[in-house]
Amino acid sequence: MWDYTDKVKEFFLNPKNIGEIDNPDAVGEVGSIICGDALRLTLKVDKETNRIIDARFQTFGCASAIASSSALTELIKGKTLDEALQISNQDIADFLGGLPKEKMHCSVMGREALEAAINNYKGIPTVVEEEGRVVCQCFNVTEEKIRKVAMENHLTTVDDITNYTKAGGGCGECKSEIEAILRDIWLIKKPEKLTKQKKLTNLQKIALIQEIIEKEIRPALQSDGGDIEIIDIEGNKVVIAMRGMCTGCVMSGVTIDSIQNKLREFVGEEITVEVQ
Amino acid sequence: MNTIYLDNNATTKVAPEVIEEMIPYLSIFYGNPSSMHTFGGQLLKKIEEAREKVALLIGADPEEIIFTSGGTESDNTAIFSAAELYPTKKHIITTRVEHPAVRNFCKHLARRGYRITFLPVNNQGQLNIDDLLKAIDDDTLLVSVMFANNEVGNIFPIQEIGEILRERHILFHTDAVQAVGKIPIDLKKLPVDMLSLSGHKLHAPKGIGVLYIRKGTRFFPYIRGGHQEKGRRAGTENVPSIIGLGKACELAIQNINIEYNYISKLRDKLETSLIKLCPDVRINGDPQNRLPNTTNLSFEYIEGEAILLRMNEYGICASSGSACTSGSLEPSHVLRAMGVPFTAIHGSIRFSLSRYNTEEEIDKVIEILPGIVNDLRLLSPFGRDRLIRKH
Repeated sequence: MWDYTDKVKEFFLNPKNIGEIDNPDAVGEVGSIICGDALRLTLKVDKETNRIIDARFQTFGCASAIASSSALTELIKGKTLDEALQISNQDIADFLGGLPKEKMHCSVMGREALEAAINNYKGIPTVVEEEGRVVCQCFNVTEEKIRKVAMENHLTTVDDITNYTKAGGGCGECKSEIEAILRDIWLIKKPEKLTKQKKLTNLQKIALIQEIIEKEIRPALQSDGGDIEIIDIEGNKVVIAMRGMCTGCVMSGVTIDSIQNKLREFVGEEITVEVQ
Repeated sequence: MNTIYLDNNATTKVAPEVIEEMIPYLSIFYGNPSSMHTFGGQLLKKIEEAREKVALLIGADPEEIIFTSGGTESDNTAIFSAAELYPTKKHIITTRVEHPAVRNFCKHLARRGYRITFLPVNNQGQLNIDDLLKAIDDDTLLVSVMFANNEVGNIFPIQEIGEILRERHILFHTDAVQAVGKIPIDLKKLPVDMLSLSGHKLHAPKGIGVLYIRKGTRFFPYIRGGHQEKGRRAGTENVPSIIGLGKACELAIQNINIEYNYISKLRDKLETSLIKLCPDVRINGDPQNRLPNTTNLSFEYIEGEAILLRMNEYGICASSGSACTSGSLEPSHVLRAMGVPFTAIHGSIRFSLSRYNTEEEIDKVIEILPGIVNDLRLLSPFGRDRLIRKH
């Protein structure tokens, strides 16, 4: 059984703002019964102020999909359309006290329905998902959506993408393609979450260094038969040892420089790397 | 709030008589049956008594019974043994609706170079014998077909399959975890070489199972170590659970026919009432040829996990083939193999009953569930009219 927060349970068992607004000013529909999740959001908007006076939802989906939809309506009521557009899927999840990571796609569905409804209000034609290049055939997820959700949520692994979009969660044949998209995204644009870090505590810094080494550095070294081990982290000094084919490699100086650059890029300019 | 437990294909309540029988072997008689002293050694006799009871339930000889840790180990062992004994043959036939204990072990072998044929089923979940005949070739070393399906309850034509395979001298294993104790099984008449059963599906504890191996069938052990189970399955015997399983089998022998009628009557009442009270419900599986305790229903336009959690608020326990109940995002492979439309798979609920369910409990579910279904349908953007408009 999923470990839902009390708030998820409350918003599932006693959802607020259910149903459909008569003569709505905006309608946002996302998902499908085939994929197992669908949300229809209707809005009443004050034309003078562009403020959302009422929001109602109809959801086909699990407990977290219903709770996320209801949470969305609570979050946007009373806000202007521009303010509402600032609400991210993470805000929806946070409002509910968090969602199991496998259920984050429910919050993404909420955010998508909101965008669709506001586009509908503004007369912007809805982008039909099928028109994009479909990467995941099982859940009909396009490359565009994978890129968008990955960038918005700083997702770096295929599992993350599956949790947030369902892509890759069916037959799994598209996983390598998702991996390629992620590699492409993060070569061009580094994860915002990582660069946006302001002042990190020591524990946060250590965790981040470990994460960067695990996700960004180790796979490349391992693919060449090498490896890296963290020996110690003291303040901004990261002491490492090279393993496998990296030990005694004539190019080790270059490798160590690139490790330091990577850590400086993602963790902080003050990081120095020393080899034991 | 009293729990109404309708998830007995997942696991069953341990029968009070079973617990009573086990207790002395958890406290007073805690010896190791392999010990030379009487304190431990006397337990061998109790193990043999339990073996006789298990054998009696399925029409086997006691020496054809190996105690294991459960259904999964029994299934894995059967397939492993066959593969080890016929190393020149690389083809295994099974079905698309097997339990993961068979399905995933076969997939594992596929990665080791084996060719696996997963036989399809029709929209009622039944096999076509012609498909089996076409699949068999000179390279086929084993056929593994479940006795009864865990999700929809379908009973497979084990007699017919066994006869076909016996003529062709091909090993036949059946995963009978869901069938044993629910329907009569007589291995004296059934041409089956290996059969798996699990204690916790028939009111014995979890962690105990059996692999039946017909006399004369070659066998290659999966777990090696000591000499227990005549060297066929090493590891100190799970004495209390073996004794508990023996008692559970004894109870099943005494009551199987009475329980069949009692449980199937309750199941039918639940099913017909829900179909009557909730529009747009479909039965998944073969309504005629199935276990007496199982019904799998799809409530269109709504999602299974939502139904389960609403029922949970009333203490009603069931399960679903919907994807949202698992981390995999993949809905039930059984319902997919049967070609159940996705619209229905998402809203599927399995009710599985036992001897401990009462008519009052079933009445309570009939009273509560239609309201839950109605509430969730009011929340849903779909409905018959809307779907027809959209497609």
